[in-house]
Amino acid sequence: MQTAMSSNRFLKYWPFYVLAAPGLIYFLLFNYLPMSGLSLAFKDYSPFKGILESPWVGFDNFRQFFGTSDFYMLLKNTLLLSLLNMVIYFPFTIILSLLINEVRLNVFKRFSQTIVYLPHFLSWVVIYGITISFFGPSGVINHYLEQWFGTSASFLVSNEWFRPLVIFQAIWKDAGWGTIIFLAALAGVNPEIYEAAKVDGANRLQNIWHITLPAIKSTIVILLLLRLGSSLDSNFMQIFLMTNSLNLDVSNVFDLYVYRVGLEQFNYSFAITVGMFKSIVSLILVVGANYAARLLGEDGIF
Amino acid sequence: MRVRFTWFDSIIVVFISLISLLVILPFLYIIAVSFSPAAESMSGTFYIWPKSWTLDAYSYLLHANSFMGSIKNSLIITIMGTCISLFVSITLAYAISKKYLPGRRVMLLLIFFTMIFHGGLIPNYLVVKNLGLIDSYWAVVLPAASSAFNILVIRSFFQSLPESLDEAARIDGAGEFRILFSIVLPLSKPIIATFTLFFTVQFWNDFFSSVIYINDTSRWPIQPLLRQMVAIGSSNISAEASVDASLAANLGPNVQNAAILLAMLPIIIVYPFLQKYFAKGAMLGSIKE
Repeated sequence: MQTAMSSNRFLKYWPFYVLAAPGLIYFLLFNYLPMSGLSLAFKDYSPFKGILESPWVGFDNFRQFFGTSDFYMLLKNTLLLSLLNMVIYFPFTIILSLLINEVRLNVFKRFSQTIVYLPHFLSWVVIYGITISFFGPSGVINHYLEQWFGTSASFLVSNEWFRPLVIFQAIWKDAGWGTIIFLAALAGVNPEIYEAAKVDGANRLQNIWHITLPAIKSTIVILLLLRLGSSLDSNFMQIFLMTNSLNLDVSNVFDLYVYRVGLEQFNYSFAITVGMFKSIVSLILVVGANYAARLLGEDGIF
Repeated sequence: MRVRFTWFDSIIVVFISLISLLVILPFLYIIAVSFSPAAESMSGTFYIWPKSWTLDAYSYLLHANSFMGSIKNSLIITIMGTCISLFVSITLAYAISKKYLPGRRVMLLLIFFTMIFHGGLIPNYLVVKNLGLIDSYWAVVLPAASSAFNILVIRSFFQSLPESLDEAARIDGAGEFRILFSIVLPLSKPIIATFTLFFTVQFWNDFFSSVIYINDTSRWPIQPLLRQMVAIGSSNISAEASVDASLAANLGPNVQNAAILLAMLPIIIVYPFLQKYFAKGAMLGSIKE
């Protein structure tokens, strides 16, 4: 009786299951099936034996990974890029939002927003191309360095310039776009609060400090926690394009290492081990960040 | 009431103008170089108005088979990808927007979990490889067909439509598919437009999946080819540079910058349409149930 009823319940809604099917198949095929590949982290994969026949090796791959000096280099490079993003790119986005929010000429506001959003939609390859036009060996900047100071700098192939360039690219491409979420939060502020503050004699800077900033505080906290949660993710596409053998000491991050070991050296098992380490630590960080958000009285991400 | 324009306002206007200028100048430079004769483009000086205008670089690219081929590949991938992504995302999002649907929570959980945990690069590669998709457009299109984020945003849009709408249609005898296609979708134009544009941009800009999944460079879309074209001469890639020899022979800055411009042209063209919708779309994503 019970089963008849419940199967009836499902039958009644069959059109929705038909609609959901392609999407669910997509998720199973391209998100869940790959998870089974993680088992290779515990095997010594040999293409001749195949996935199932390759011998189990337990945690050998992990031991090998944590034992190499590579591990510390990758951890350092990855975390340093995340940290730089957090202390340079992120505050820049907030300041830009505050500035745009203060513009009182609506036409100018919309015009400048249109411009600063645009780079977000360009591909990393295009950004990379523009970077080369300016910072490349025969680019604009080197041309003037030579003309004015008689020197040139190898921006693209040196360790010192890699991080500044990557942060600069990130700001140029995405800081404008990053303001959208703050501006949305600011649009919800009741204008009467500003009026009241004005009556109390507050100036513009005091308004920003006491009204505008607190209004986006929870957005800032959530985005900051999201960033913390993804500390081990680098902007892979960007790094992949900007990296080369001459800046590998600072550009080699977990994602790039996985690519190099896996798809260039075909050492699948080891690459999957590194990727899995990253996924699991990221999972812990995201859940932890969310927990922290709730502790702080914010809504959290989920 | 007239708003008084204070020194504070002027500082802000100056600041934002400077930032906007910093964003726009590289574009103007790229455009100017691409319309310059090869000799002037080599100079390395910054200018946004060529001394003499020429279409040399563009006519060169239009006659380069590998370049035009990659544009064609990009168009195919973008159109295929956008259609499939829209279909897969909208249908699934619509189904799970129905609060009374049995099994909805399981589906939601299944989708949501992919946001915080995934197999990673190599397992994904192995799946695509084992499905026999290597070297086909499908390898670029299918793995990127949707994402949890897209589904959740579209779902929240569907949930904002009044429920009485489909109840009324049901009483009038319409089936579920009919309701979706003749009532819900026409009401969903803003979200469909937003995602059509997002997907178009996403597939047009795709670079990495073609690098790893497509070995046959004649099937490469524009982005990986562009990367090789601009990297030549910057010593960033040397040994692996396999750009079509005839294309590489003539690769001055004017041609490189013309290629950059052509690779972003579709984005620049859809941008005005995009702009009308994305603020709304982006905000939808930040609103939670």
